[in-house]
Amino acid sequence: MSAPRGDGTREAGGDGPAGALRIAAAVRAGERSARSVVEEALSAVASGDSDLHAFVTVTADAALAAADEVDRAVAEGRDPGPLAGVPVALKDNLCTRGVPTTCASRILEGWRPPYDATVVDRLAAAGAVAVGKTNMDEFAMGSSTENSCFGPTRNPHDRTRVPGGSSGGSAAAVAAGFVPLALGSDTGGSIRQPAALCGVVGMKPTYGLVSRYGLVAFASSLDQIGPFATSVADAAHLLGVIAGHDRADSTSLPDPDPRPDFAASVGRGVEGRRVGLCLELVEGCAPDVVARVRRAAEDLEAAGAEVSEISVPEFRLGLSAYYLIAPAEASSNLARYDGVRYGLRVDGPDVAAMNTATRTAGFGPEVKRRIMLGTYALSAGYYDAYYGKAQRVRTLMVEAFARAYRQVDVLLGATAPSTAFPIGERVDDPLAMYMSDVCTIPSNLAGHPAISVPYGAGDDGLPVGVQVLAPALGEELLFSVAAALEAAAPAGGGPGAAAPVGSGGPEGAGR
Amino acid sequence: MSGTEWETVVGLEVHCELKTATKLFCGCANSFGDEPNTNVCPVCLGLPGSLPVLNEGAVERAMRIGAALHCEVHPSVFHRKNYFYPDMPKDYQISQYDEPINVGGWLDLPDGFRVGIVRAHLEEDTGKTSHLGGDGRIHGADYSLVDYNRAGVPLVEIVSEPDIRSAAQARAYASELRAVLVAVDASDGRMEEGSLRVDANVSVRPAGSDTFGTRCEIKNLNSLRSLGRAIEHEAARQVALLESGEAVVQQTRHWDEAAARTVPLRSKEEAFDYRYFPEPDLVPLAPDAGWQAAVAGSLGLLPAQRRARLLALLDGAGDGEVSAAQADQVSAVVDQGLDDLVVAAVSGGAPARLALARAANEVAADVEAGRRLPVADFTKLVSMEGDGKLSASQSKEVLGELLGAGGGDPEAIAGQRGFEAMSADSVVAIVNEVVAAHPDEWGRFAGGDQKLMGFFVGAIRERAGSSFDGKAVSAELRRRLQEA
Ligand SMILES: [Zn+2]
Repeated sequence: MSAPRGDGTREAGGDGPAGALRIAAAVRAGERSARSVVEEALSAVASGDSDLHAFVTVTADAALAAADEVDRAVAEGRDPGPLAGVPVALKDNLCTRGVPTTCASRILEGWRPPYDATVVDRLAAAGAVAVGKTNMDEFAMGSSTENSCFGPTRNPHDRTRVPGGSSGGSAAAVAAGFVPLALGSDTGGSIRQPAALCGVVGMKPTYGLVSRYGLVAFASSLDQIGPFATSVADAAHLLGVIAGHDRADSTSLPDPDPRPDFAASVGRGVEGRRVGLCLELVEGCAPDVVARVRRAAEDLEAAGAEVSEISVPEFRLGLSAYYLIAPAEASSNLARYDGVRYGLRVDGPDVAAMNTATRTAGFGPEVKRRIMLGTYALSAGYYDAYYGKAQRVRTLMVEAFARAYRQVDVLLGATAPSTAFPIGERVDDPLAMYMSDVCTIPSNLAGHPAISVPYGAGDDGLPVGVQVLAPALGEELLFSVAAALEAAAPAGGGPGAAAPVGSGGPEGAGR
Repeated sequence: MSGTEWETVVGLEVHCELKTATKLFCGCANSFGDEPNTNVCPVCLGLPGSLPVLNEGAVERAMRIGAALHCEVHPSVFHRKNYFYPDMPKDYQISQYDEPINVGGWLDLPDGFRVGIVRAHLEEDTGKTSHLGGDGRIHGADYSLVDYNRAGVPLVEIVSEPDIRSAAQARAYASELRAVLVAVDASDGRMEEGSLRVDANVSVRPAGSDTFGTRCEIKNLNSLRSLGRAIEHEAARQVALLESGEAVVQQTRHWDEAAARTVPLRSKEEAFDYRYFPEPDLVPLAPDAGWQAAVAGSLGLLPAQRRARLLALLDGAGDGEVSAAQADQVSAVVDQGLDDLVVAAVSGGAPARLALARAANEVAADVEAGRRLPVADFTKLVSMEGDGKLSASQSKEVLGELLGAGGGDPEAIAGQRGFEAMSADSVVAIVNEVVAAHPDEWGRFAGGDQKLMGFFVGAIRERAGSSFDGKAVSAELRRRLQEA
């Protein structure tokens, strides 16, 4: 491994800070070795991450061994896979065999999964090289990556600010240029919101498109794994690798025949596409964010789309329904952390006391808050009023989307109501924190795909993300609209703008 | 209330471990008695990130149980039943709640009494905890060890209507249900290994009342004997309370086999709030009509149908009413799975009562060997005995050899042993000789002294040796008595 450079810049090859597609092409062609690519990424992490804290575990030795295996495949004329030699970062709620998987919680202290998540297997089979595990809000509960037992991650664009969350570590790792690709999980916006705040592309696929096997559950009916990338094309490429039916996940969708080609959809343009600027997805947002979304709508119109304004009032119910359903499922999913089998154990005079002591010491305040909320919502006598009603709202949400999609092909709105907020600003105000996800939650409740695309900077110079929403399995449509937005996006705030990535200037949107 | 006649009311919940090769939601072996924690994987250990995948073989067995109990198959949903217990890896059990797979139905007991079935639903079993130190219960133990081999083993819980009215009837229900579960290949029926576990809801009420009394649920009934005793003791306890003017408190109680009493576990107020909600990691289960029809068509004969088939053979034989002892033999032969042997022998010409008796007595003593016994050999043997070519004792001896050797020609074996049943002529000749040798005794016997029957049979047996045929001899003696 090469020595870290003090200024935190990475040793760029001849082609500058490359996107995933270009790296893979170079490695496959034998123009670059996977080892050099991975050494460069590890070096960038080593020099730049003590400050950002995007990673909680770096797996340098395993990464170099995997890179050498890719190089051997190239040398021997075997297909090294579509992501050959591309460094990726994994959110620390994705199980990795023999590598600590903590969910940023003390309660999983010392646990090493005996198996890899399906997505981790698929990445490895595609030749991608996992370089480490990224920081997150504990059990993915939060919107700032401050609820981590390892301490917060900082936003690469302004280290006094949060990167968003809960997949803040993955977003920051891509924004800082440590890795071109990362995986996160999105339960109520946990990929898209940090992507927006960090100025990268972040995408939540249709529920069931990507296997959840090996994703440590937060809210099973809402959780989806998805990509972070510096370009729409790279995100589409990564989704193509991780998507597809998995027998190990009963909620995994069957593969359509033929399988969609997400990467190919990127260049299709928006000519004649009906885009609905959704009023509920900008209301309550900061004026500079709203201005960016309106600019995006104009740019899409200029690119040939038919843009109209549309109202979906049911979206206003999303946050309340979400904060019943997600905690209810979480209260059950997190019951297994009882000190009996793995992770933290704090002894007590009997089993029940041990359970209580372990959970008291092992969970942070936000996790405890949600376990209590969820337990209450499912309790005898309250179930119908809370959980039952929230499920009915979910049905309304699906119907509301269906109505909207009779008028338009995709919806457009803000990803997050504001740019990145200062670290510490909302930690004592859970409701203000919950509001960060107001624009992203509807897609989770309906199980639909959505993507956040960097769209210039806000008044404070920090990245703004614009969100595109599509119907279930509308990924190809989503990527084609997102790519058109990317092509029109104003400068500033986007990938490459994060200081102090050495090569300077925004990286051109990869096509 | 003293002097009141009391009626016991019982509803049973039977947990049946399904005889699948693998567990309900993972590929681990479903096998009893292995080294602790060897049949485990991320799914059945509830490791973070693992997900359940439903075993179709378990669904099929659940549907077979439903079909045998005349239930309707419904589209069903799995729920999570949430409570903390160290032998439950996820601290919730995946079960079915308000939308179970089998709904409604009944089971007819051998005496014709019909017990209604509320539901028969699928769920996963828990692991097994051993508490070490203390008295073996969780409270007061020094430490506990958990074996998760059983965690995730498929169970069907069969819930009866409160139609049962006595401890004996509860035992008959459990026993008949067990036979049905074995017959449809859903269960191995081994109560002693915990394959079948029974909880009893017991209440009492004045005879003739049409409202139910307050019930108690009795747990830990792991044999038919425990089931019967626990119900008797619990009903007596409730009657004593009511007769002394006290009330029965709704409780869950534990049967203490050694002390022969039920002890309280928890009251209604202390009952868990299980916070059931639909399991988001599984999709709804809706077996299509084709699958349901295939399952119903593959059931084979149920125990009641097998008993009826044998009874019809006995009736059709035209040699008298079926005795209580023969009815017991019918049940025993069906329970042991030897009824096909009897039916085949009869259709091959063997006399029905004799085939039943040999199956219920000699073959049943070694059921495994009986299953290997070629039907043709058994048929020939029983026919030879029926035709008087072998005496009963000779026939049993030959059958013993057939069972030991896994078959053979009964005629050849009889020949090797020098067996030759007494011919009618030789019976008459020997009886003549013996009667002539003992004129005084014969006089008294003919005069009505029945005790001398034994004397003559013994004397004839001595003279006839191995060819002695008791049936033929006593018939000849009776014939001569009537002539005398
Ligand atoms: Zn298993």
